[in-house]
Amino acid sequence: MKTKVKAIAAIVILAALLAGCIGQKPDKEVKPVIFIFGSSGDAVRLDPADVTDGESLQRMDNIHEGLVRYKGSTTQIEACLAEDWTVSTDKLTITFNLRQGVQFHHGYGEMTADDVVFSFERQYNADHWYHANGEWAYWGYMFSDIDYVEKLGTYEVAIHLKRPNASIMTSLAMFTVSIVSEQAAQDYGEDYFANPVGTGPFEFVEWVRDDHITLKAFDDYWEGRAQIDELIFKVIPDPSARLMALQTEEVHGIEHVDPQHIEIIKNDPKLQLISQAGMNVGYVALNCGEGYEDANGNGKWDEGEEAGPLPGAFEPFQDIRVRRAIAHAINKPAIVRNLYQGAASVAVQGMPPSLFGYNTAIAGYEYDPERAKQLLADAGYPDGFDVTFWHMPVSRPYFPVPTEIAEAIQADLAAVGITATLFTEDWGTYLQDTEAGKHNMAMLGWTGDNGDPDNFLNVLYSQDKATVGTAGNIGFKKNPEFQELCDKALATYDQAERASLYKEANAVLVDQCSHVFIAHSDQNLGFLATVHGYLIHPTSRKFFYPVWVEEEEEGGEGLGTLLVSILVFGGIALYAKRK
Amino acid sequence: MKEYILKRLVMLVVVLFGVSVITFVLVRAAPGDPAVHLAGEHATAEVLERIREKYHLNDPIYVQYLIWIQMALQGDLGRSIESHEFVTTEILDRLPTTLELSLVAIIIASIFGVIAGIISAVRQYSAVDYSVMFGALFGVSMPVFWLGLMLLFIFGVKLGLFPIGGRLTAGVYLEKITGMYVLDSIITLNGEAFIDSVKHLVLPSIALATIPMATIARMTRSSMLEILRQDYIRTERAKGLSERVVVFKHAIKNALIPIVTVIGMNIGLLMGGAVLTETIFALPGLGKYIADAILAYDYPVIQGFTLFFATAFVVINLMTDIIYVYIDPRIRYG
Repeated sequence: MKTKVKAIAAIVILAALLAGCIGQKPDKEVKPVIFIFGSSGDAVRLDPADVTDGESLQRMDNIHEGLVRYKGSTTQIEACLAEDWTVSTDKLTITFNLRQGVQFHHGYGEMTADDVVFSFERQYNADHWYHANGEWAYWGYMFSDIDYVEKLGTYEVAIHLKRPNASIMTSLAMFTVSIVSEQAAQDYGEDYFANPVGTGPFEFVEWVRDDHITLKAFDDYWEGRAQIDELIFKVIPDPSARLMALQTEEVHGIEHVDPQHIEIIKNDPKLQLISQAGMNVGYVALNCGEGYEDANGNGKWDEGEEAGPLPGAFEPFQDIRVRRAIAHAINKPAIVRNLYQGAASVAVQGMPPSLFGYNTAIAGYEYDPERAKQLLADAGYPDGFDVTFWHMPVSRPYFPVPTEIAEAIQADLAAVGITATLFTEDWGTYLQDTEAGKHNMAMLGWTGDNGDPDNFLNVLYSQDKATVGTAGNIGFKKNPEFQELCDKALATYDQAERASLYKEANAVLVDQCSHVFIAHSDQNLGFLATVHGYLIHPTSRKFFYPVWVEEEEEGGEGLGTLLVSILVFGGIALYAKRK
Repeated sequence: MKEYILKRLVMLVVVLFGVSVITFVLVRAAPGDPAVHLAGEHATAEVLERIREKYHLNDPIYVQYLIWIQMALQGDLGRSIESHEFVTTEILDRLPTTLELSLVAIIIASIFGVIAGIISAVRQYSAVDYSVMFGALFGVSMPVFWLGLMLLFIFGVKLGLFPIGGRLTAGVYLEKITGMYVLDSIITLNGEAFIDSVKHLVLPSIALATIPMATIARMTRSSMLEILRQDYIRTERAKGLSERVVVFKHAIKNALIPIVTVIGMNIGLLMGGAVLTETIFALPGLGKYIADAILAYDYPVIQGFTLFFATAFVVINLMTDIIYVYIDPRIRYG
């Protein structure tokens, strides 16, 4: 008897629930436009200066803005929170006039020079009250040329440089120097990262960890309200599940489309694929053994700073013919075709084609095993040699399947008589050990930060970055000519002149062949065909402000609801009957 | 009995101390540096040093342990190196998701596993028996991620019956009370959220239930077969009791003890299966959380999580042992 009462009670409750469900159906009202983006992971933190991962960025880039920004889908700079700027004649001071009347989210008031100074100073000034709340990992190597930032008036700030640096303007479009509200930082303290307040087109609403982050259109946005009312980043880690969520229209867009899914999206009229050559490069560095210790700490390879022999220095690589032989031996087109599934292009120089200064005259080292054998024979290694080849333990955009790529390269090298033994270790140690020059040859790559050629050429291949222990250049090759070109370009504010200097630098780099360039992988995004206005950006950053969605037909409640209802009711009815 | 429970509680403290020391040492013995992971691939040496300083990574290991255990004893497991959020908050945020999923999965697995096992035992060597046992073998050997993707593809994409992932459709409002959405929607009498959250739960719990269901079915079968051969069962049959009464009233009670053990053990195993299930079905649960933390060398999270779950396991074990007393009066703890 008691169970029967319980069962009846349960039925009543469920009936009430269902009635509620049906009764709640709103009448035809203006539905907010919700745009859901399927991300591969959750954001780590939402403080733009304190994270570097793409997942955090794609949320923050829609909340915060910087003094300048990229123009459309290029890496050229245009005004944003700064209306205009002037460079002093000594090229050491850049003065910005701020846009007036720009509002912060959540009623935090107008953005002024104080907020700008705060956003910069908290990163470089160790005595700043906010400094201890972050790691500021990006400041050290992207912005160390900034000496200090100074407020000149309510709407005027000056950035003082330690030395002329033409790439700093491009860097100012980076997330690291986005402007955050000083007042909000004061209110939230070390928890600001979970309560971001910027000036961007969307304001922060909710963060359910590992599930979703919700933003909503900011009514007072200075460029006008966005067409999307709500922007939701939903975490879907598995690439196949992401595709299925797009196919069933549960999300409007997805990132990191698996190369195997490209054809599926292309062939589905309800979906669209947006791709672009990514701003990255994957290479194999050949350890030539020439590193230095920066004794005086000036970041330059000065006379007498040569380091002792590197642990992984490989003697044959000191011969340029051997390095070129390896470049000729590797079948790059086959790797791109088979292991990137075509979602990449063969790299012939140290930076991707989307940047200015790319040298279209460079043909690179075509796949030619015969020529490789000849070069090896000329260098005195007709029977090849044994070498240890380090491959990355983790997948990166530039090397999506590092082990398979390493095996392909190993086979290519074997075909010309070189026996490469594969070696790998955990990622953190791998980075440390390659920076210390412990490898003979190693796979590594780079995804650009700011869209400036300096961010590839100087950071990855210059002799000044061959500092043992912290090297960016793990080919460890002294190359004064290349260094000179890079230095000259950095001190030149004229873009055309810079471009021609970088073209020359690229030619020198390829000729020296301390690095064998493999590929630039594409970035692929999938969207519903009803989504319009998305501009893919070379830096992989994602800006949803221009996006709008076509009106779509309202779907029914669906068979699933019916099935669940029948199951629940049927189960209870059956239970009640048996008792 | 009281004395026994007290003894077990003292043991619990010893076990947890051991667990905390072992985890602490193991995590640090593994190669990898949280500072490198946190600061990114090309951070300067200065930044790395500052991070190591900040998280006491340069101190001797016993000093680090003392700092940590002192805080842990006050209920503060520290902040995650990666997300800067309190570890306790992060665990409690994600616990309801995993709990809800595991509970539903273990219920499905127990009900269907036990039923299948009984049928199989009663009809030993029949076609039904063979097909159930084949199904169980199939279930045990099936990779969870493959099963999950197949379920999604068939019931989500092709038939459009269930959503692809997550816990709730965007736009469906639900007031969070326990964090278990199905429960919350019943408490708040929110019909829309109830249907929606159940729909989101169906496929992942089936995927997660498959392996334990198969193990439970096999265990039930062998346990039942053993009991059905006992003398007292023969006597009951001789007395003329119907087969239904014999099986469901008298045999099952005694067959249940090993089954309860298996179910208890499977609750633990579900946590392992949950990593894959949560990844495929995009559920913000603990399985995925700890997997990510390990990959990020997030020491405070790994330590806090292990301690938290060691506690939970020891307590669950203790509870299982106490439940035995009620199922089997022969068992006494003195």
